[in-house]
Amino acid sequence: MMNGNKRVFLIIVPFALLMTFFFLVPLIYMLVSSFSNSEGITFEHYQEVLTNSYILQGFKNSLVLSFVSALIALIASLLGVYAMTSFSEKVRERLLVLSNLTSNFSGVPLAFAFIVLLGNSGLFTLAMEKFGWDLSFSLYSWSGLLLIYIYFQLPLAVMLLYPIYFGIQMQWKEAAALLGASTFMFWKKIGLPIIFPGVIGTFTILFANAFGAYASAYALTGSNYNLAAIRIGALIQGDIFAQPELASAIAVLLGVIMIVGMLLNEWLIKKTRKDLSGR
Amino acid sequence: MKKLTIVMLILIGIYLTLPIVATALYAFSTEWNKTVLPEGLTVEWLTALFQDSRFIEAFGRSILLSGGAVLISILFIVPAIFVIVLYYPSLEKWFQASVVMVYAFPGVILAVGLIRFYSGTSLPMIIAVIGVYVISVLPYMYQGTRNSLRNIQGRQLMDAAELLGATKVEAFRRVLLPSVYPGLFVSVLLSFSILFGEFVLINLVVGSRFETVQIYLMEKLSTSGHLASAIVFVYIVLMGILTIVMAALTKKAKGMTSA
Repeated sequence: MMNGNKRVFLIIVPFALLMTFFFLVPLIYMLVSSFSNSEGITFEHYQEVLTNSYILQGFKNSLVLSFVSALIALIASLLGVYAMTSFSEKVRERLLVLSNLTSNFSGVPLAFAFIVLLGNSGLFTLAMEKFGWDLSFSLYSWSGLLLIYIYFQLPLAVMLLYPIYFGIQMQWKEAAALLGASTFMFWKKIGLPIIFPGVIGTFTILFANAFGAYASAYALTGSNYNLAAIRIGALIQGDIFAQPELASAIAVLLGVIMIVGMLLNEWLIKKTRKDLSGR
Repeated sequence: MKKLTIVMLILIGIYLTLPIVATALYAFSTEWNKTVLPEGLTVEWLTALFQDSRFIEAFGRSILLSGGAVLISILFIVPAIFVIVLYYPSLEKWFQASVVMVYAFPGVILAVGLIRFYSGTSLPMIIAVIGVYVISVLPYMYQGTRNSLRNIQGRQLMDAAELLGATKVEAFRRVLLPSVYPGLFVSVLLSFSILFGEFVLINLVVGSRFETVQIYLMEKLSTSGHLASAIVFVYIVLMGILTIVMAALTKKAKGMTSA
């Protein structure tokens, strides 16, 4: 009979091995290779990234697209989920199931669905032509990508905001009403400060979700639209011009932005919590 | 104000369903190039798809890949989660740090790491992808398992069963597992559906050498719109079934804890 500790060890070791070999080691190796060339240690890949206006443009596009799509989805869902509070539990559950279903609808299938709707011979495009309207809208551009990004952000925003809203107890609203607060006053003085950290957290997750996204933009425009994630893919896939070290450097910077975002989020949440309890 | 929020909810609903409805309609339409609505309905594309052996094979590969990764995760990751949550709460913060890290790093970064590291070794790339898949579902597995264990107060339940004379293994199999099973099963289905839709890693690391449904779809995107919409339709139906099963199980799990 093995003693308890040994058995526990045997259970945790496979997990630790998987985590090491399929997560930590590849990432560390990537980090190291972003700093090396055939001669040894170098900063040339980072220098290249920071001076190459095309790559910088890709980062800028990614940042703006992620920020705008996260903000729009957040505001829309803040309003939408608030409306959900007035429905019965049964209806709310149905709405959540729908949101769950659409949350799986992303990447290549989603890009295709938007091509069916708004592509060159898409449903809406044809209808508009029929009515003689020229919106000069192209799905294969920034605004087209924004529509797709908002689509995959919305279900995530709804699912993250729903429990935050429902964390606000009915009793608090009643107590505030008894003390003479209007609905507006309740949300201004009590409701919003309580949900604020959760809303910031949701925004961070949405931003990160968009920032690392690759599949829908790739399915829509190949490597043509310039995003940081797309640049990485193009640099490691190119058979002739593959520059894996450069791809590693971009990937490291992308990861750094993610981590900074998460830390900023943590700091902001802590700060608002402290401000709240200090009142 | 209230009216505005309800209008917004309806708009969100329309925005989320419209692309799905349009794609499904396109999958069943004969000709849809000039008119606002399809000229006729047909199951031609769907039948063609299911007679296409490349699609069937791609579908099988997708199931094998995502199912295999989830299975490995059940066998090797879930037991570790159990042990740590139940008996080593002090290790949990390390575990949570891993979960956050896995969640924060997108597939495109992991793909670079995998290619850089494993292209120099003799390990087949597809194995490397499965390995990353196993790790990438960690957040969902952890969340689901931990929540169910907390809801039923797993530690107390194990201790009580052992006090009544059960061995650890018996207590685990007869008492703990049946109570966390619905929650765990939801995590498994969620992980499976996420991996089934995965495109970035498999495309960048392995490519068309291992054609999954997503890669097959990507190719059909530019060659046949109708076939592509049939693939997306099948994909949506599969995801719909999984979502409904998950919703029912979650409800059941909730009922068990409140009873």
